[in-house]
Amino acid sequence: MKRSWIPSLITLGVVLFLFAPLVVLVANSFNASRFGGEWEGFTLNWYEKLWAAGEVWESLWITLKIAVSASLAAMVLGTLAAYALHRFRSWLQNVHHTLITLPLVMPDILMGISLLALFVLTGIETGLLTIWIAHVTFCLSFVTMVVLGRLQDFDFTLIDAARDLGATRAMAVKKVLLPLLLPGVLAGGLLAFTLSIDDYVITFFVSGPGTTTLPLRVASMMRTSRSLPMINALSTLLIASTFVLAVLSSRLQRRA
Amino acid sequence: MISGSRGSKQWLLTLPSLAWLGVFFVIPSILVVLTAFRPADLHGGVGAGWTMATIHELRDPAYLPILWRTVWLSGVTTLVCLVLAVPMTFQMARVGPRMRQWLLLLVIIPFLSNFLIRIFAWKSLLHPEGPLTRLLVWLHFISEDAMLLNNVGAVLLVLIYTQLPFAILPLYAAAEKFDFALLDAARDLGAGPWRSFSKVFVPGVRRGLVSAAVMVFVCSVGQYVIPQMVGGASDEMLGNKIAQRVFSDRNLPHASALAGGLMLAVLVPMLVVSIWQRFGRKEAS
Repeated sequence: MKRSWIPSLITLGVVLFLFAPLVVLVANSFNASRFGGEWEGFTLNWYEKLWAAGEVWESLWITLKIAVSASLAAMVLGTLAAYALHRFRSWLQNVHHTLITLPLVMPDILMGISLLALFVLTGIETGLLTIWIAHVTFCLSFVTMVVLGRLQDFDFTLIDAARDLGATRAMAVKKVLLPLLLPGVLAGGLLAFTLSIDDYVITFFVSGPGTTTLPLRVASMMRTSRSLPMINALSTLLIASTFVLAVLSSRLQRRA
Repeated sequence: MISGSRGSKQWLLTLPSLAWLGVFFVIPSILVVLTAFRPADLHGGVGAGWTMATIHELRDPAYLPILWRTVWLSGVTTLVCLVLAVPMTFQMARVGPRMRQWLLLLVIIPFLSNFLIRIFAWKSLLHPEGPLTRLLVWLHFISEDAMLLNNVGAVLLVLIYTQLPFAILPLYAAAEKFDFALLDAARDLGAGPWRSFSKVFVPGVRRGLVSAAVMVFVCSVGQYVIPQMVGGASDEMLGNKIAQRVFSDRNLPHASALAGGLMLAVLVPMLVVSIWQRFGRKEAS
């Protein structure tokens, strides 16, 4: 059967459109020209400058602390939530399901301002803790959805088989359910980690003095033209790590 | 009915996430709406008592063009994203599994790359000294002094760029489940490629189409970083006003009133869709 070439052409166009800006960034990070209009020769100068910029690494450290702790918390909460959603059918789970999906479609700015209103009205000082709370909140729904997808493929007769073979309920969960569920939980955790590292809008609303995460740092660097080439170098490193994380996560999800 | 131990087990498993979202999602959302009826104090906080003054301030005619711009930019973004994503996911679902994994990865990588960095990338691409401007001048498509940056076109372009994966991912999930034998059947019955695509495939991925549209629209409506970074002074969206009220004017009640309006703009289309889907499901069964 003859296939139309239009869908393939559009696919190619979309992929080029999605990647062109990233390619330009990466190329510019090695470009001796300050503004990246023309190629003026290969340089690692911007990477050296970035290496020496202590405040960037300090921000990275803050970001990583938040991302690791927030995704761990979201993994625990999200896995329990997914298990409950999968196991039970009741009005409670209908409410639960609605509550889990709503944050997914809530614009960042609304989540940011609502959490800010909560912290202002309860007198909680914004800082590391408030950023962590915000990140757990928006990561929770994503982890739940990934684990839920995994649970839907899970063959629950395996648990019965383990029980028939003499395993206690706790043992069956520990030795059968958890190992098989682990790739899904890890994939959810990885997604939460990337989302947390990436977040600018919500963090901006609930951050306080001394909690400049990496995206907040990038935003302030974008305002001073002196540091623009350094952003190219930083972006290249971030895109490379995103690539590694994405490949890792897709491997985890594929392993059945 | 749920038996006693099963019921308590259910509560035990549900409570952690339910309580977390209750405290940090539901209560804050209600607080924002309530804050709109409170007076502002001078330190960026909220004063005592209740007032309708902020709601009256919203009738400021200066908000109308901003509201309109927010809606049309989000609408056009949604439309363009769907027009690109439907044929793309059609293609993704037709190719072999290895190619499919690669294409999915190619969509996810820009999607997961830092949001600010992607906007920054467009800023340097569209810069007057940047490669795109030079290329277009060289091709005589634009004049030397044309500005690609700081206008509403740039805002729209970057909106489409950042929202496109939100359209592709749900549509791909739907296209993957689509039974492509139906297309062969349509062809056998004499339908051309366009007819079988538009009359069989597009209705077949209807659910994915709806969730993609809602996702893109909702995410665009709340944008403020994109207009701030690649738009001009007259290209602001509702989100910019909210951010300005919070950070420049330090007037949380006014920002909350605007946020309440935005919340309506998000919840109304979702409500319509969920009613439509419930109704549609009844019809199907």
